[in-house]
Amino acid sequence: MTEGTSRIDVACTVNGTARRLRVPAMARLLDVLREDLGLTGTKEGCGEGECGACSVFIDGELVNSCLVPVLQVERAEIKTIEGVSAGDAELHVVQQAFIECGGAQCGICTPGMVLAAISLLEHTPQPTDADIRHGLAGNLCRCTGYMKIFDAVVRACARAGVKA
Amino acid sequence: MQTEIVGKPVPRKEGRSKVTGTARYVDDLTMPGMLYGATVRSPTARGRIRSVTFGEGIPWDEFVVVTAQDIPGENAVALILLDQPYLASEVVNHAEEPILLLAHEDKHLLERARRAVSIDIEPLPAVFTLADSLAQKEIIWGEDNIFKSYLVDKGNVDDVWAQADVIVEGEYSTGAQEQLYIETNGIVAVANADEGVTVWGSMQCPYYVHKALLKLFALPPERVRVVQCETGGGFGGKEEYPSMIGGHAALLSWKAGGRPVKIIYDRAEDMVATTKRHPSLTRHRTAVTRDGRLLAMEIEFIVDGGAYATLSAVVLSRGTIHAAGPYHCPNIRIRSRAVATNVPPHGAFRGFGAPQSIFALERQMDKVAAAVGLSPAEFRRRNFIREGETTATGQVIREPVDMAGLLARAFELTDYEAKRERFARENAAGAGGVRRGIGFASFMHGAGFTGSGEDYLKSIVGAEADAEGRVRILAASTEIGQGTNTIFAQIASAALKLDYDLIDMAQPDTSNVPDSGPTVASRTCMIVGSLVESAALGLRQTLQGAGLLTDEYTVDEWRAACRRYLERYGTLKSFSQYKPPPGVRWDDEKYEGDAYGAFAWAVYVAEVTIDPLTYETRVDDFVAVQEVGKVVHPILAAGQIEGGVAQAIGFTLYENVVWRDGRMVNNGMTNYVMPTSADLPPIRVHFEEQPYQYGPAGGAKGIGELPLDGGAPAILNAIEHATGIAFTHVPLMPEALMRGLGETG
Repeated sequence: MTEGTSRIDVACTVNGTARRLRVPAMARLLDVLREDLGLTGTKEGCGEGECGACSVFIDGELVNSCLVPVLQVERAEIKTIEGVSAGDAELHVVQQAFIECGGAQCGICTPGMVLAAISLLEHTPQPTDADIRHGLAGNLCRCTGYMKIFDAVVRACARAGVKA
Repeated sequence: MQTEIVGKPVPRKEGRSKVTGTARYVDDLTMPGMLYGATVRSPTARGRIRSVTFGEGIPWDEFVVVTAQDIPGENAVALILLDQPYLASEVVNHAEEPILLLAHEDKHLLERARRAVSIDIEPLPAVFTLADSLAQKEIIWGEDNIFKSYLVDKGNVDDVWAQADVIVEGEYSTGAQEQLYIETNGIVAVANADEGVTVWGSMQCPYYVHKALLKLFALPPERVRVVQCETGGGFGGKEEYPSMIGGHAALLSWKAGGRPVKIIYDRAEDMVATTKRHPSLTRHRTAVTRDGRLLAMEIEFIVDGGAYATLSAVVLSRGTIHAAGPYHCPNIRIRSRAVATNVPPHGAFRGFGAPQSIFALERQMDKVAAAVGLSPAEFRRRNFIREGETTATGQVIREPVDMAGLLARAFELTDYEAKRERFARENAAGAGGVRRGIGFASFMHGAGFTGSGEDYLKSIVGAEADAEGRVRILAASTEIGQGTNTIFAQIASAALKLDYDLIDMAQPDTSNVPDSGPTVASRTCMIVGSLVESAALGLRQTLQGAGLLTDEYTVDEWRAACRRYLERYGTLKSFSQYKPPPGVRWDDEKYEGDAYGAFAWAVYVAEVTIDPLTYETRVDDFVAVQEVGKVVHPILAAGQIEGGVAQAIGFTLYENVVWRDGRMVNNGMTNYVMPTSADLPPIRVHFEEQPYQYGPAGGAKGIGELPLDGGAPAILNAIEHATGIAFTHVPLMPEALMRGLGETG
């Protein structure tokens, strides 16, 4: 897509499927996911790494995909919101908790926020209130005031089997 | 059968698609042959366009280029007035005003091309502040820079000043606030002379966009179709602006012979070019008796509307009517004006003028209390409006209202009185250390369009049933995160005594749903919800009228009745149209009468700590107590309040729009800061429920805008308690606190 930029081959795994991509080297991972792979669950909120709407996992670490040039994901394992629970499969405990607790309003930050919550619970299985507040501070939500998101994290945490 | 669906936290209708990322927002749509569109904007705040130059190195013949000359109909965004062009052709009136549109299939090349267009403008003197506009430093709009003015006159304030025991004056101001919905504005359009115009997009009001496109393309209503996609936040920012971007995308598609065109603003463009909350200035003069009874309130309220009229007249109206708050005062005069400046038009933003005027009022009330030697609470208790008394517009409050009760509840939840005393003592003892404070604001917010507005809208909602007995609600009211889909389904479910899961919501699409009015003004639940209820009941009455259903029925009997009816008559639909409740009167000339069908009432308490080194204010606790009628969905309702309070905290302490020559210069999320999860206090929400007799689902009122009103004054009242300094402007940034504290030592 990027005009005037040479394309490179990138081999990576996306949501468990091996992919070979022919893409402009400096294309943003966000655009490759959304446009080349059709994984539109990853959202763009700001394009400068502030809002976290484009959060994805690269090799298990949560990153802002708007700041990642695709050439950096060679041989990496990427997981997006589509890889958390596919199709009609049972929802992840965090997703279920977001529905029950009102953690999603307009929903545009939600995929990133769900991944951030999963990441938080992987690193800190029994988070304190402060852990939750600071753990999610890289993901902005304009609708909820975050309270219902905190409730969702607490509820997810209370249930067994938190695993990304 | 679900009989107690109202008040139950059922799962949000579109919750699953949102948590799995499968919900489809406008930027998730692609179409074969789709082009991307971009907007070339004015680099200058005010001036005459001399020339447009297309720079070198761009294959311009590959581009679709649209100027004002390409517009098939009228070059004006149809809303209230027709003063705002889609594309400026001779003069520009604000920085970032659209002048030219470009489309190309390669969005990276498109961006290079956008930067390669240079616009030469002969500058004209511009006006950037409300004060300069009022002083008529330049006449930039109409004859006097005034978009609209109102006068509310109750009793006679002039007779009071001479004999008043105490007169207190105050001046207060508020800054602009950026919307910052996380999904920026975006539209996909397909338009050509054969097929007409269709747009899909992120929006609150499909029929506003529809009305605007009719004028822009000079087409009859059936040739224009507007479809709302899943919308990633609105807050008012997607009330009027989608008419602009929707028109732009459609003009490009029209010029391209019907190829689909997508315009998605990036964050910088969305922040620099689209609508923000109106900055405001309010002056108060208040007369009280020695024992603290309000005698007269004279209020001057001015908002900065930006370069074009857009919705400023109605924002001003709501701010004006709310300016005297939930108090009984026999003599009130409110003069208000919306003025023009050469900045991008300010627009609808949650609260719609009321957060500005209530900020001023609730700061003034603390000031008056001090002047008569009463506590802020006792002064308010002596003046709270009661059932049977009248508001500023002379509206008799006919519903039970208990502001003193809300105040007592809020104080109990926060241990206010003890903290008020303790913080004062500790602040006095610990000079130079952290300072703590607690303060509150009491206020109300009217639900629905003002005055005769709902009567003028005459909203319609439909309901239809299929042969399986599934019911579909047909409304143009949009789900923008606040829970429209869910509460409408609850209301219909309760009305028909059918399972919540049997109720579906039609996608708002002007070719398929009637005009239920805009999704604004805290009207969706109370006004449109009532229409949902009656349209749903209409289905039942139809089936009963046909002899297919009895008064009591099971789900299976309902299904069978629907099936038989459809076999017999083909379709089963019912429509309901708005009628005002009995006894409502409103005089638009005098601005007098029943301004709103119902008010929500509230008392909010904020507790703050001020860091003596960084001058940062931290809100440690926030309690929001409100009476909103019947609560339809406790989690969604609390979510509305919490989210609104968070935006109010941002408005008060974090969100500072920095202007230079009429242009926002901190137009990125890095340097325009909204609250993160680490910044906010616990937001504790408490509802009192006093059913509103004309509300749906057993008496619901409006709720969405209310929480924006009380945060700023509660926090500044708490800061005054902490510091002894009566700050009068929001946002209150640490620099202002530092200056204030420096002056007092």
